[in-house]
Amino acid sequence: MSRTPLLFAAMAAVLLAVGLLQSWQLALTILNLCLISAVMALGVNVQWGVAGMFNVGTMGSAAVGGLAVVLVSTPPVRAAWAAGGGGLLATGAVLLATAGLAALLWRRMGDRSLLRGPAVGAIVLLGLAVSQRWFLPATAAIESVDAASTGYLGGLGLPVALSWIIGGLLAAAVAWPIGRLTAGLRSDYLAVATFGISEIILAVLRNEEWLARGVKNVTGLPRPVPFEADLQAAPWAQHLAAWLGWSGRDTASVLVKLFYAAWFLAVLLVIWWALERLARAPWGRMMRAVRDNEEAARAMGKDVARRHLQAFVLGSAIVGIGGAMLVTLDGQFTAGSYQPLRFTFLIWVMVIIGGSGNHKGAILGAFLIWFVWVQAETAGLWLAATAAAALSPENPVRLALEEGPAQLRYVVMGLILVLVMRFAPRGLIPETTPETPR
Amino acid sequence: MTDLLNALVHLTSMLIIPGLAYGSQLALGALGVTLIFGVLRFSSFAHAEGLSMATAITILFTIWLQGMGLSAGVLPTALLGMVLAMPVMALVFIGTDRALYRHFRRINARPEVFMIVSAGVMLMMNGVIRLVIGADGRDFEDGERFIVTARGFRDWSGLAEPLVLKTSQVLTIGIAALATVALFWFLNRTQAGRSMRAYADNRNLALLSGVDPDRIVRLTWIIAAVLSVLAGVLFGLDKGYRPFVYQQLLLPMFAAAVVGGLGSPVGAIVGSMIVAFSELALTFAWKKALAYVLPAAWAPQGMVQALSTEYKFAVSFLILVIVLLVRPAGLFGKVAR
Amino acid sequence: MSFLRAENMTGGYGGPPILNGCTIAVDRGQVAVIVGPNGAGKSTAMKAVLGMLRLTGGCVTLDGRDITALPPQARIKAGLGFVPQTENVFPGLTVFENLQMGALLRHDPIDDTLAEIFALFPILADKRHQPAGQLSGGQRQQLAVGRALMTRPSALLLDEPTAGVSPNVMDELFDKITRIAAQGLAVLMVEQNAAGALEIADTGFVLVQGANRFTGTGRELLADPDTRRSFLGGRA
Repeated sequence: MSRTPLLFAAMAAVLLAVGLLQSWQLALTILNLCLISAVMALGVNVQWGVAGMFNVGTMGSAAVGGLAVVLVSTPPVRAAWAAGGGGLLATGAVLLATAGLAALLWRRMGDRSLLRGPAVGAIVLLGLAVSQRWFLPATAAIESVDAASTGYLGGLGLPVALSWIIGGLLAAAVAWPIGRLTAGLRSDYLAVATFGISEIILAVLRNEEWLARGVKNVTGLPRPVPFEADLQAAPWAQHLAAWLGWSGRDTASVLVKLFYAAWFLAVLLVIWWALERLARAPWGRMMRAVRDNEEAARAMGKDVARRHLQAFVLGSAIVGIGGAMLVTLDGQFTAGSYQPLRFTFLIWVMVIIGGSGNHKGAILGAFLIWFVWVQAETAGLWLAATAAAALSPENPVRLALEEGPAQLRYVVMGLILVLVMRFAPRGLIPETTPETPR
Repeated sequence: MTDLLNALVHLTSMLIIPGLAYGSQLALGALGVTLIFGVLRFSSFAHAEGLSMATAITILFTIWLQGMGLSAGVLPTALLGMVLAMPVMALVFIGTDRALYRHFRRINARPEVFMIVSAGVMLMMNGVIRLVIGADGRDFEDGERFIVTARGFRDWSGLAEPLVLKTSQVLTIGIAALATVALFWFLNRTQAGRSMRAYADNRNLALLSGVDPDRIVRLTWIIAAVLSVLAGVLFGLDKGYRPFVYQQLLLPMFAAAVVGGLGSPVGAIVGSMIVAFSELALTFAWKKALAYVLPAAWAPQGMVQALSTEYKFAVSFLILVIVLLVRPAGLFGKVAR
Repeated sequence: MSFLRAENMTGGYGGPPILNGCTIAVDRGQVAVIVGPNGAGKSTAMKAVLGMLRLTGGCVTLDGRDITALPPQARIKAGLGFVPQTENVFPGLTVFENLQMGALLRHDPIDDTLAEIFALFPILADKRHQPAGQLSGGQRQQLAVGRALMTRPSALLLDEPTAGVSPNVMDELFDKITRIAAQGLAVLMVEQNAAGALEIADTGFVLVQGANRFTGTGRELLADPDTRRSFLGGRA
């Protein structure tokens, strides 16, 4: 397999070319998002490539991971806690009691299945109604605490890098019940269900302002790297700038992006290494067995549902880590920016193009697709500018052309996806399992 | 008595008619989802974009017609544009099938593969639509906008509550009813429709009986195209055309089709009404209606709203997920586990 | 020369051959039954007659015409009728619609054929507007046979028509099948329940490992202790 290093070398060359021809800042911006995308692609690859689970709720995991950054790294808003903390705790207690009661009833009424559903439903509705009594005033109080800048509970004020791990754990914690509930659904129904659940998660994040300010966004998140202004003032950076012949601002900006890249690369390598270890471990063999022939695996006494759940949770956790890193890089949590096209389907394209089931493939796919995603706009802009130059400024065709390039990338993505599915369904780097001789 | 009438008028105007209109739009979309699932055995992620593209094409035709000085009188010109858009949309669907889905049918690909391919089609359609018509909204309704205006009704009835009846709402409900009747007539009373149902029911036996699969697939896409044009345009007339809003119709349509049972046309219609009315009723502020009906002492303090309006779409997702978890076969469907 | 004759059939599904030179023949007005142990290739032989698998050797003739190269649909047009073992009706269509689907390949009026089928299976006439999915197992099998008869075939192939039905229903089905043959059709069926089938069979083919082991009239095979012990499960 000399193809894999060749493909990666080509990818590196392309990024270098961007650095040399366009700018190093752009190249590093692309690289950073490539690295984050690669982490998310690895998560999807664990679910689809390794376990064969059709989860189309990637966006939800990414958003939950992003939420973790807010909850971990922002300073707590003590006034908000004072205003509504008690009410929220009371709400939580009521909901917990309701859940307990519902579960108890569900178990106790096992023999009267006709009554069970309505009874449990009634308990849940009642619990929800009762909890509103504390929930509504509490959230209203929280959201009115300095609404323009906070109006939410804030976080724990811990180091932001810690939030990546918490992001993974939180995404796993959210994924676990979803995986339990959807276990056994036929694959196309699983897709529709996970797609719906991820939209519900986003609806909550957008609307519950007390949690993370909803669509009002949390900005100015702490970062794991120095600020550009501080670097510009640092003597060693000034020396470097002089040596490179760049302006101090450019040098600082490139340096910051490099620091981020180092963080992300480290995370990517750790996850990749762990997944490769797993693939060679008995767990990996079993997962492939389950994926390739579910019936046979079940007949051999493998607990298929359990394996699926493990892959689902693990994959979601990895996507969550990616989501947390993305929010850290952006420095802000914008609930309104999560769209399935960008956060679910684009990641899927990466995995399929790279070669599902193959972690190296997923990483390469992520790099390639993110690069095309960004550069399709540039290329489109250039094309449009060339074509539009011949037309008068008021010509509707010209207006459409000038608006078009941003949309062109959707076409390119879709085209790449269907072409790969049609002509190279195993992707750029087809899966090679440890079992097959090389 | 007047209070009761006021409450009734308020509910009709704000809940029942909008619900029926929205439910009809969803039903036309969900019928497409369910037919494609029945015959082609996959849920198409591209269906909402199909509605959007159908509407975009109709808008272009409408602009062209208006430029030629043609109109439908008091009715929106888009009704004429719609008729022109149907064959174009059918060609788009059949072309997509020829270029992509047919290959995967021949190699007997798993349903996931079809769904991934449909996601690719979704991305492409999404881009093409925005390239052609832009990402901004467009209002393309002309003609008489209201059949009953708020003022007109108040003057006529003397009630405090207004009854509003938009042309687009009446058109939606009427056209959807006609289209549904026509569809069921086709499915149940013609040989082609019977063959289609037979093919969806038991593919091997249908082939053995002499059903031409290519013809059935083509027919399915043509019907899906007609339904998409109707659903998309009626939704657009009612709420204005914005490509981004159409994406959000995908899950309500899925939800409606799944609630009714994927593959069941009757289910798609019932499911659409359930989804539409749940969305509206759960996010509806019942305060006014209750204030009319209840004695003054019991008049509610708050809005009496189960969920805030922002959760409108989430309601359909919630219904979808609950049905998938509790009874994935839906109301009228076959086993799904 | 028999009316329907499949001679020296060899072939399988791509792997090792399942049929190794097996020969089946049946005349108009007669019932032929293929029996044999599990995995003997009984159903495969019938599918080969219908053209659902590619033969590497042998030929199939219907009324003297070589139909070996025809695909299944064309064979049905040529006069074969087929009742699959499972999934042999359209559950979502009514009984009447199922019969209409059976006649899809015909372009002439079907009323006479319908009347004949309703005369043969009166229960179908009673339930003509019910979805086939609501029928009982036996009724469903009758519908499946009726559906296959709608093309007015000259030969009818039945793949285990009595699988999963109660003994009473089985007797009734066998009775109907004899009546169908008596109308001048060549009937070929595969049966798991060899004893019952051989009772009504004019010819029985005992298949072992894809080749003919014994051939004889149904009575002969039933009377022969060897066949009974080896291939009919020793019962009956």
